[in-house]
Formats: sequence, C-alpha cells, structure tokens
Amino acid sequence: MSGAHVSTTINGDAVQFACPNDESLLDALRNRVGLTGVKEGCGTGDCGACSITLDGRLVCSCLVLGVEADGKEIGTVEGLADGDKLHPLQENFIKHAALQCGICTPGFLVAAKVLLERNPDPTEQEIRYALAGNLCRCTGYDKIVRAVQATAKDLRKKSKKKSR
Amino acid sequence: MRYEAPNTTKAAATLLAAEKGKAFVLAGGTDLLVRMKAGMLEPDLLVDIKQIDKMRTIAGNSTGFTIGAAVPGVEIGEHKTLGKLWPGVVEAAQLIGSDQVQGRCTIVGNLCNASPAADTVPALIAAGAKAVVVGKDKRRTMAVEKIVTGPGSTSLTKSEIIESIKLPKRDRNSGDAYLRFIPRTEMDIAVVGAAVNLTVSRGVIKSARVALGAVAPTALLVKEAADAIIGSKLDDASLERLAAACSAACNPIDDKRGTIHYRTKVAGVLGRRAATIAYERAGGKR
Repeated sequence: MSGAHVSTTINGDAVQFACPNDESLLDALRNRVGLTGVKEGCGTGDCGACSITLDGRLVCSCLVLGVEADGKEIGTVEGLADGDKLHPLQENFIKHAALQCGICTPGFLVAAKVLLERNPDPTEQEIRYALAGNLCRCTGYDKIVRAVQATAKDLRKKSKKKSR
Repeated sequence: MRYEAPNTTKAAATLLAAEKGKAFVLAGGTDLLVRMKAGMLEPDLLVDIKQIDKMRTIAGNSTGFTIGAAVPGVEIGEHKTLGKLWPGVVEAAQLIGSDQVQGRCTIVGNLCNASPAADTVPALIAAGAKAVVVGKDKRRTMAVEKIVTGPGSTSLTKSEIIESIKLPKRDRNSGDAYLRFIPRTEMDIAVVGAAVNLTVSRGVIKSARVALGAVAPTALLVKEAADAIIGSKLDDASLERLAAACSAACNPIDDKRGTIHYRTKVAGVLGRRAATIAYERAGGKR
C-alpha cells in the first residue's frame, strides 16, 4: 500500500502526518495525530461520532481519506475550548446533562457548532434535523436539544452585548 | 492503492484509461469509501476529482445551469438562484443523508452509484437534465436517463467520467417538485420517489415530465403520466390518470422497506402530490 505525506491545519495549527492512501482521516487523526476526541461509532457515515469540519464544512471523518486532507483546514472538538475555558456548547452540555457515556458527544458538539454559526436562532425542529446525522444510544436527544437551545440563547445575548 | 488528484477532467479520464487494475472515481466518497471499508471493493487506483476547478462550481442562470460533478449537496442547497428555478432538483439533492453527508455527497455520485432508489435521479430526469461525459479522447452529452442501465451499472466506459450535469433553459411559469416516501422522517432510503417538472401557460400545462425512483431496476421516465396532465389544468380527473399511469409503470421489488403492492400504490399517490406542488410552483391555481 503506497502512502502520502499530508500537510494540514488542525484547529489552527499546522500539522503534518504520513498515512497509507486507504487510511481514513478518522484513523489518521486518532492514531497519527493523537486527536482522540474524534470517535469511531459505525465507520460508515451513519452515526456522526467522528464529525469534524473540513474547510468549514461538517463531514464524517470516517468517510474522508487522510490523503484528501492535504492543504485543508480541519476543525475537531479539541478546538472548541479556548485553553481552560470551555465553549458555551460544552458548558451547556454539562449543565443540561446532555451526555452519558460521551462517545457521541464530540460529534454532537462539532455539528451543533456548525449549526449555530449558520443559524444563531434555530427552531427545535431545525436543531433536530441538523443533528439527525448524530446518533446517541444512551441519553436520547431531548437534553441535547435543550443544551443547544440554551447555547443559542447565550450566544445571541453575547453578540447583542458586543454590538452595543 | 494509488491515489491521484488531477487538475483537469481530461487528465482524470487519461488516468482511468491507463489503469490496468480496478480504478474508481472519488468525489464525495459517501458510497465508495463505505464499500471499500466493507471489503466489497479493492481499488488499485482512486482518481479524486475535487481538485478539478470546473467540477467544483455551479454556473448559469435561467438559460441553463451547469453543476460540476464534485459540488457537494450543501453547496447546491446554498446556491442563490438554482433553488428558485429548480426547487425539485435542489430538494432531491438535499434529501440525501445527514448534514455530514451533505458536506461531501454529489449528484453525479448519486447518479453513478446507480442505486434504483437514488433521490436525485428522478428529479434530474424530470428536469430534462443532461450529463457531460468526458472520455480520454472525446466528449459526449447524454440524457441522464441513459446513464444508469441497472442496479450498480452504468453505460459509461472505463475511461469515461461525468464532468457536470446540465439543466436546460428554464421557461417562465415552470415548476418542479420531488417527493420521496421513507419509513422515518430523515436519513433513510426511498421506498418510492416521484419527480414532476412542468410548464404552464394561463393555467394549462404545456409540457411535463414525470419520473419515478425505487420502483424499478432504474429510475423511470413515465411518458404516459406526463401525457395524462399535458393540456389540462390539473383537474382531479387528470391527476387520477397521472396516478394510474405512475402505478402502471412500476416494476418494483419486495423488500423490508415496502412490498410490490405498496410501492405501486404509493407511486401514484406521490406522483399526484408532486404534480400538485410543481403546478403551484409554476403559478397554476387548482
């Protein structure tokens, strides 16, 4: 199996790794870069646990090859917090107990972040559709939806303050 | 396995032609990489088409759109004018998978994957869309309904690659719609899909195309269903004739998603509903 040398930007930092051509970006991120926040649930793009952003677009990293990431910007759950300060989504997931085992959580956080950047005031239905590609097998979805709604509210307040 | 990401369509076709082993085109990878992982495919060469500028863009207006083969679903949904003129095509593209899948999946991938249940294929057929096919030495333009020949198979030769999909000139007072039935509300495969595209003049349907998915080995263009409503103001009687023609065209399978009897019935119902939406979008009032 021939391989490739890949140069990317991950969460704002330049990162290089080498991987075989048929290796998924998910495996490369976990095993070569050490970013174990991306989780493997199904490996077939159904569960969303491996969600990342690729040049700003939400994708399942299990359905991207590592070599395709060359020259691209990647965002993972590790990029959400600002040092020790958690992202409002992370704060609200804790506050609303929107997780149990936690395997699906990084994917939900990344997907919810993309949603709120695009739509700062989503309806419950919009949230449920936007997160339909993320499966949770323990908590269920209600607390997750509440946490996203609460975050949307917090972020809107913040941006209002800023604009004053 | 070699991985190549050429900058031109011609270079991609040349790579495919020169490969002695198994070569596959990689666009969004939402079907291909799943199959590779499952061990169903072992490519010797992957040709990634996402570095080809021409394939990454949507160009055009009411005189005709060209949608590049590597444009992901999310960009089709975000386009400012495409969805206004071709809402049925856009809603079919947007029905595929989750937001994560939309970030990668393409309409040409949906077409070339050649699933009988592909959502965009009936919508493209109803729209009268054409595929621009580029080979090592020549280009050809083919009607979308000529691409898929059966489940998993297409009429493309080994070195051929679809560069783009062309939507025709859009007449005023036109509308299209795509509806699919799935057992849940999101993230599933069509039990039946129905697309209708029509143009209206003073309330009378001047031209129409009706296409069905998931009810035969390939998506079907159902001329009898279109004929049932052309010349009408989409009154109840012509809608019933359209529904009957849709059901009559079905040649489905029985599977866990639906029985033959059920699919045949639902094809008529969805055809009727899609026609009603398309008619209203075209400015017709029932």
